[in-house]
Amino acid sequence: MAEASVQQAHVHAPPESFIRKNVFSLDHKTIGKQYYGLALVAVFTGMALSWLMRFHLAWPNAKIAGLELLSKAGAPGGVITPEYYLSLLTMHGTLMVFFVLTNAPFAGFGNYFLPIQIGAEDMAFPRFNMMSFWVTFVAFLVLFTAFFIPDGPPTSGWTAYAPLSAVGSDAGPGLGWGQNLWAISISLFCIGQLLGSLNFISTTLDLRAKGMTLMRMPICTWAWFITSCIGLLAFAVLLPACLLLILDRMAGTSFFIPAGLVLSDRLQNHAGGSPLLWQHLFWFFGHPEVYIAILPAMGIVSHVLITSMRKPLLSAKVIIYSMMSIGFLSWMVWGHHMFVSGMNPFSSLLFSFPTLTITIPATIMTLIWLGSLYGANLQITSASLFALGFVSMFVSGGVSGFFLAQPSIDIYLHATYFVVGHFHMVMGVAAIFGILSGTYFWFPKMSGRMMNETLGKLHFWITFVGTYCIFMPFHYLGMAGNVRRYSSFVDDFMAPLLPLHKFITIAALITGAGQFIFLYNLIHSRFRGKPAPQNPWNGTSLEWSIPSPPPWNNFGGKHPVVYHDSYQYGLKGSKGDYVMQDSPEQIVTE
Amino acid sequence: MGKLFGVILTIIALVSAYPIVTHKYVQPEDISTHGHAIDEQLSDTMAESGFAFLGSQLLLAFFVWKFSERKAGAKISNIPGGAKLMVVAAFILIGTEVLALGVLGQKAWANVYFTAPKPDAMQVQAQAGQFAFYFRYSGPDGKFGAIHPDKIDEGNQNFFGLDPANDVESRDDIVSGELAIPVNREIQLLMHAKDVGHSFYVRELRIQQDFVPGLDLSVHFTATKTGKYEIVCTQLCGLGHYNMKAYLNVLSQEDFEKWTKQKISEQ
Repeated sequence: MAEASVQQAHVHAPPESFIRKNVFSLDHKTIGKQYYGLALVAVFTGMALSWLMRFHLAWPNAKIAGLELLSKAGAPGGVITPEYYLSLLTMHGTLMVFFVLTNAPFAGFGNYFLPIQIGAEDMAFPRFNMMSFWVTFVAFLVLFTAFFIPDGPPTSGWTAYAPLSAVGSDAGPGLGWGQNLWAISISLFCIGQLLGSLNFISTTLDLRAKGMTLMRMPICTWAWFITSCIGLLAFAVLLPACLLLILDRMAGTSFFIPAGLVLSDRLQNHAGGSPLLWQHLFWFFGHPEVYIAILPAMGIVSHVLITSMRKPLLSAKVIIYSMMSIGFLSWMVWGHHMFVSGMNPFSSLLFSFPTLTITIPATIMTLIWLGSLYGANLQITSASLFALGFVSMFVSGGVSGFFLAQPSIDIYLHATYFVVGHFHMVMGVAAIFGILSGTYFWFPKMSGRMMNETLGKLHFWITFVGTYCIFMPFHYLGMAGNVRRYSSFVDDFMAPLLPLHKFITIAALITGAGQFIFLYNLIHSRFRGKPAPQNPWNGTSLEWSIPSPPPWNNFGGKHPVVYHDSYQYGLKGSKGDYVMQDSPEQIVTE
Repeated sequence: MGKLFGVILTIIALVSAYPIVTHKYVQPEDISTHGHAIDEQLSDTMAESGFAFLGSQLLLAFFVWKFSERKAGAKISNIPGGAKLMVVAAFILIGTEVLALGVLGQKAWANVYFTAPKPDAMQVQAQAGQFAFYFRYSGPDGKFGAIHPDKIDEGNQNFFGLDPANDVESRDDIVSGELAIPVNREIQLLMHAKDVGHSFYVRELRIQQDFVPGLDLSVHFTATKTGKYEIVCTQLCGLGHYNMKAYLNVLSQEDFEKWTKQKISEQ
């Protein structure tokens, strides 16, 4: 009874006005698309910044036409200055980690599909949901403003290590108002994510349809649920950390600033703070953040692979328990970012073990994906290609983690391109492959139109080969000791590595250009694509039981009833080789 | 297209492994007494990770080749052993790897961090500031003068904020822009940050350690080969970060004594 009354409470009439429908909408589907749209703007901006950085690294003195218009001080005559390089790097990292890798796979797809997949009409708290997006949007605007202020964008990297980030403009350009905007933006972002995470958790626990037990939820629903539990704790730590940073910068406190610092020939008026406190707080958020980016991608990829293989995974339960283990262990590993930070060397050993251990659930998942392919009848679509690409990238990025998990090897590889290659592959590109797989898979449901498969496959091949050409050589550079975050390589030992840098830059330019095929496909298909049927991929979960695009209230005011586990494939059902979750028919096993 | 995926992924995996197998990009020659343990750990990890990388990628390529776009009515089956086999395999393969790398490999870390420097190790103080390193030797009296941040004056070359007028111990301190050390003698580097975080990285020494403002850290090492090596900053420290470097000059005992004498005469 209690369940029924909860569901009744969320029945509301469709909005009439344009603004209520498309801008300040309470509908989880519109909010999901808004998050996705914001992520799209952020990812193309972030990619353009990486182009500029790569171009500058390969040809440090080349003029970039038009760049002077964006920043006269940062690129006089179109040539990027060292400090502007750091600005590009900081903005690239911040945009990508927060506004792309958190927004698209978790807040974007999660918002759109979590309620539908559990048979709910909306999120538990639609107003909080709207607020979470708009706070995130303001966070984005605040960060973006930093491009246009006289001080220039922040230059302390996406990790904003104190005291560089805390002492203000005495530390250099971009560290005045640029850094203030960064700290304000990230604080707002945390608030948005906290609201979103609360909503995801409440919705999953309270609004499931009749028959939708927890273990009947699709794997991606599980992934969003686990991610929201991580997000609730992680952003709850980053938010106060950013507020303390703002206080250090604006109110004269010294949480992160010790005594006796001399910058710009001035003895700083601070005492008693600890730079390592910032690092602990930041990475206590920062490492779980890696899983906030990758877990939803794992969920999406599992969902897509199962549908494409026409058979369930060897064990969905094992995948779910592995994701839970990863979520749990993610809280015990943050110190592996700090092996050479001056932290007590004994704690390095303690952080090293859970870091190595986390590879066990990750390997179990990989082997389950691999082993499930055996004996399948895999349908090759753009969505399944990107899902396979994800598995490949996740393995490539994962194995380099073995090196960095060991403090002794980290002495040599820390702060080199090896680290950059590792995290770009495992959390950056792998998560992006998950997002792209989800996009090709769910676009028909979201828009009511099919995407062009030929363009989708072309996009896959350019992206797949291209990302290997970009990020595999990063590992080689790191092995040779190439230091990261340098705007040019003036040191003798790095000069011989320049040809490899040029190769990477060319690969990055081509791969980046390939993304415009995707953008074209996305926009063109939205308006001109073939009309999509209700269930184009013959899927079993609830999103495929409603029209494309779904109506207001998702299930047209009806309450779906769930009879089966989420992935009934390889069977003889009335519709073919599958039985949908809400189909009352008996499952015939041979 | 599944077959194409199999072929392309196989090529990618083999091409990716080629520069590693041929040692095209490797760390430079080790010139420290502790570095061989790190190198050994690195090559063991490379062997195990390389195996995991090639094994998984080739298996993925093969399965996609074999099990995609099959004829209608093709029988769907499961791998013998099922999920249990995968879980057991992961525990055995990775569990062994975790134990082997994690437990045995701690020795290399212990070499650097858990052994105290010998009592006769030569102490050198390193100071990192935006965007230069300076090194200080205690001079004939064997004692470092105190640092006074308010007296730091780069214009007058008082990089450490010494107060020779009132502090006798600081009068004979030798300050240098390069880190000159004698070969085969243990050095204890006392690390002090002047402004923001920096890092001390010498590839050949297999040493990387952050300078943390407000926290006086130290590392110790013994260089075994004379020569000049680059010291670079690896902690993002501001606009001049890319250009923050100094040289480690490993000298024979006689040359080091000559260097010291010359420095004293220049003071």
